[in-house]
Amino acid sequence: MSVKIKLDFTLNSRPVNIEVPAEMTVLNLLRDGLDLKGTKYACGEGECGACTIEVDGRTINSCLMMAVDLQGREVMTIEGMQEGHALHPMQQAFVDHGAVQCGFCMPGMIIQANYLVKQNPELTREEMKRGLEGNICRCTGYTKVLDAVAAVVGLNERRN
Amino acid sequence: MAEDVAFKHIEKTSLIGKRIKKPDAPAKAIGKTRYINDMVLPQMLYGKILHAGRPHAEIISIDTSEAEKLAGVHLVITAKDTPDLKLGFVKDNAPLKSKVLCERDEVAAVAAESEAIAAAAIKLIKVSYKDLPGVFSAKDGLKKDAPQIQENFPGNKSLKFKFKHGDLAEAEAGSDIILDHVFNVHYVTHCCMGTSCAIADFDHNGKLTIYSQTQYPYNYKMDLAPALGIDPGDIRVIQPTTGGSFGAKLDVYPYEPVAAILAQKTGRPVKVLFDREEEFINSPTRQPAAIHLRTGCTSDGILTFRSADVLMDNGAYTSWGPTVPVIMMRTVSGHYRVPVIDFKAQAVYSNNAYAGSFRGYGNVQMTYATAQHMDMFAEELSEKHGMDPIEFHLKNAQKSGEVTPQKSYLRECVLAECLTTAAAASDYVNKHKTYTEACTEEGRYKRGIGLASSIHNAGGAKIHKSDGCGTILKMDDYARVTVITGASEIGQGIDAVISQIVSEELGVPPEHVTLVNNDSDIGPWDVGVHASRTTFIAGNGAKRAAIKAKKQILAAASKQANVTAEELDLRGGYVVQDKDGAAVIRLDRMLRQMHFQPTPDVVMVSDYYEPNSELEGKDHISDHSAAYSHAVHIAEVVVDTYTGEVKVEKVTMAQDVGRVINRMGLEAQMEGGLAFGLGFALSEEMIFEEGRLLNPSFRDYKVPTAPEMPEIEMHFIESDCEEGPYGAKGIAELPTIVIAPAIANAVYNATGIRFLNPPMSPEKVARAIWEKKQADS
Repeated sequence: MSVKIKLDFTLNSRPVNIEVPAEMTVLNLLRDGLDLKGTKYACGEGECGACTIEVDGRTINSCLMMAVDLQGREVMTIEGMQEGHALHPMQQAFVDHGAVQCGFCMPGMIIQANYLVKQNPELTREEMKRGLEGNICRCTGYTKVLDAVAAVVGLNERRN
Repeated sequence: MAEDVAFKHIEKTSLIGKRIKKPDAPAKAIGKTRYINDMVLPQMLYGKILHAGRPHAEIISIDTSEAEKLAGVHLVITAKDTPDLKLGFVKDNAPLKSKVLCERDEVAAVAAESEAIAAAAIKLIKVSYKDLPGVFSAKDGLKKDAPQIQENFPGNKSLKFKFKHGDLAEAEAGSDIILDHVFNVHYVTHCCMGTSCAIADFDHNGKLTIYSQTQYPYNYKMDLAPALGIDPGDIRVIQPTTGGSFGAKLDVYPYEPVAAILAQKTGRPVKVLFDREEEFINSPTRQPAAIHLRTGCTSDGILTFRSADVLMDNGAYTSWGPTVPVIMMRTVSGHYRVPVIDFKAQAVYSNNAYAGSFRGYGNVQMTYATAQHMDMFAEELSEKHGMDPIEFHLKNAQKSGEVTPQKSYLRECVLAECLTTAAAASDYVNKHKTYTEACTEEGRYKRGIGLASSIHNAGGAKIHKSDGCGTILKMDDYARVTVITGASEIGQGIDAVISQIVSEELGVPPEHVTLVNNDSDIGPWDVGVHASRTTFIAGNGAKRAAIKAKKQILAAASKQANVTAEELDLRGGYVVQDKDGAAVIRLDRMLRQMHFQPTPDVVMVSDYYEPNSELEGKDHISDHSAAYSHAVHIAEVVVDTYTGEVKVEKVTMAQDVGRVINRMGLEAQMEGGLAFGLGFALSEEMIFEEGRLLNPSFRDYKVPTAPEMPEIEMHFIESDCEEGPYGAKGIAELPTIVIAPAIANAVYNATGIRFLNPPMSPEKVARAIWEKKQADS
């Protein structure tokens, strides 16, 4: 039997008290332990960004972080971005600009895009590309994703 | 008449060509959508497969006793438990194997109470193998002393294709230039973000419900049944939301019957879900091919013949991969006007991975060759005869009404417009000349521009006896519409297109149309989402069903309004006078009046749309698609001659789309399709050593990311296809097909080096540049 460890942290603005196996990743805790399946598994080794979440205001691949390391931290997943029923402006922009096809990578992509814009509200298109480099999408070719982020930033520059 | 219609006039407007949002996008954007990967059924067990991990071996013994003893393990199965179960359309595959023919071969499977227990149990299974000498290329497979891979296929010969038209010797004699090259097109794979998954559940009447990512739910039953020894009628296919597909799920693969067998034997639902490494190793690939292409041309720039001899590594089993010559030969015979054709293709069994269907289906491979030959001719004719390169393309471009040697009837053909539009928009001719002159100059960074084009089926492809799609449409008492279609949604956006089309016909908002298309017990038949067919086929079906419903409503309304049905229309949620838009009655009221009368008249209509195409016969002479389309891509690249890195800066695309339906969805398909071709051209490559995949991860298999995406300029040429819905043609594969040779031609323009063997990876490009320098000096 694996060792279980008590854990207190804040998840999408609500406190969580839970016991987790020592070897559990944050991704597995979210998906299997807490039924937050918006955060996706797609590679399990930090290469694709599908499992991106915010921890203490910074984005991280949740497949690479151990659950026990969440002690005392603040976590935001895709499920925590909305305000009530309304979509977060970044989520709405992805919908409005046709950035969602199969949508599997989108929770991670949206979390990362939102983080980038919070860091730098005047992000250029080149900076968006760099900032989203760690998020793989196989459907969209990224163009509409960049359009969505640009709309949030309020950039009206020509596509580049 | 009701008060709210007084003085109300509704103008005729159209949604066609507008930007329609995907109805399922909000739920996906907030993380609410449950994909098949996320699903958990009550009492569900987790299945895990032991793959051989070696390419060719006898299985001496399998000891499952330790695995069976592990707490939480319910069942371990091997081939002994599944005798006589066959898989694949030549029945050369099986759910579990008694002999290993390739790395991915399924040797045993476990059902356990958690993923972790299942994974631990797999490690406890002891298999004793006797490794056998293997075959690791098509060429080696044809050797006299090659080991025989499949017992029913002597000489390792798998599928074979042939098409001939005209007198080759005469055409060769009449050619002033003959090009002769071998193009080796490599292994790539789909890399769907949602890994492969199946959940199987048997009820106590022996009926299987399978939750599947399949792209073809109706024929899927026929293919899955013999792998389980049950009747296809006893299978219900449910298609939960899936994380991409791109052709990967156009066949039944062993993990699906394995999940079902585990479910059948345990009496519990069983889920099999791949991790990313399993996904790389155990998914189909794009069909690799060695294409020996010869093309002839006169000094006047008229194509005289094409001859293609294609050798394909079949891998150990036959899925859809080795059938791609069906489309390859349409490219050979239809990519420009070519009077004489000699095509042959042979697939050879080996101990390598096996290929399936993949966006572009053979045309990605063949256009990589034919479009480079076109560029080579253009260059030679320009140098020797001063011919304008676009003029050369235009001379050979077909026009509307032409018929190819295989009898593809190009009813509406706008290849010439695609060529002139893309060339003018990108200033192709001038740039090409400038970069050609600069090619031999010193300097680290070299610019190049390259043009490529191709043809593809755009109105389905009748490879089954029916290429049709069923639609059932009903309207409720509140004027909400439910459309039950056979068409599958895998992210491409048929949900948006169907709601748009139905909305166009019935004058209701697209948000009032609900699509039901994920349950084979509910939906009518469809051949599947493939061949760029869904907007064309299912779109036509939805349109025809909506028109039937509209006729029924207007017939009822005409009696009330004392006018003919032809004088009425449906707009903005009302029945209106067609001539001036004067409202007659609110649509929901009309529907209730029809419903609640002594003889109820309820709107429930159905349609089965069969395109007017001909079955792809054994002789390959048939008009197999209801429409054909062309695209031209012009790629502008910068090559770093020190590192070999090719940066695609801009792509100008001109494509015959027939008619734009959902502009946003269309753009999205173009951009996404292009990204696939970009990866194929520059970075993606599965590297095999003696049948084993060396790079099964996103670390070592590089799919395009945001920084690699070029600026894209799109020109939609509307040829107004007579058979297509509102004139539309299918569009989603051409963007993947055309980009790679456009890049290859641009890299040649920049460096003077032809890359016949993709991908044009930095290593390969840098080496070729270095070798050229050595040779030149």
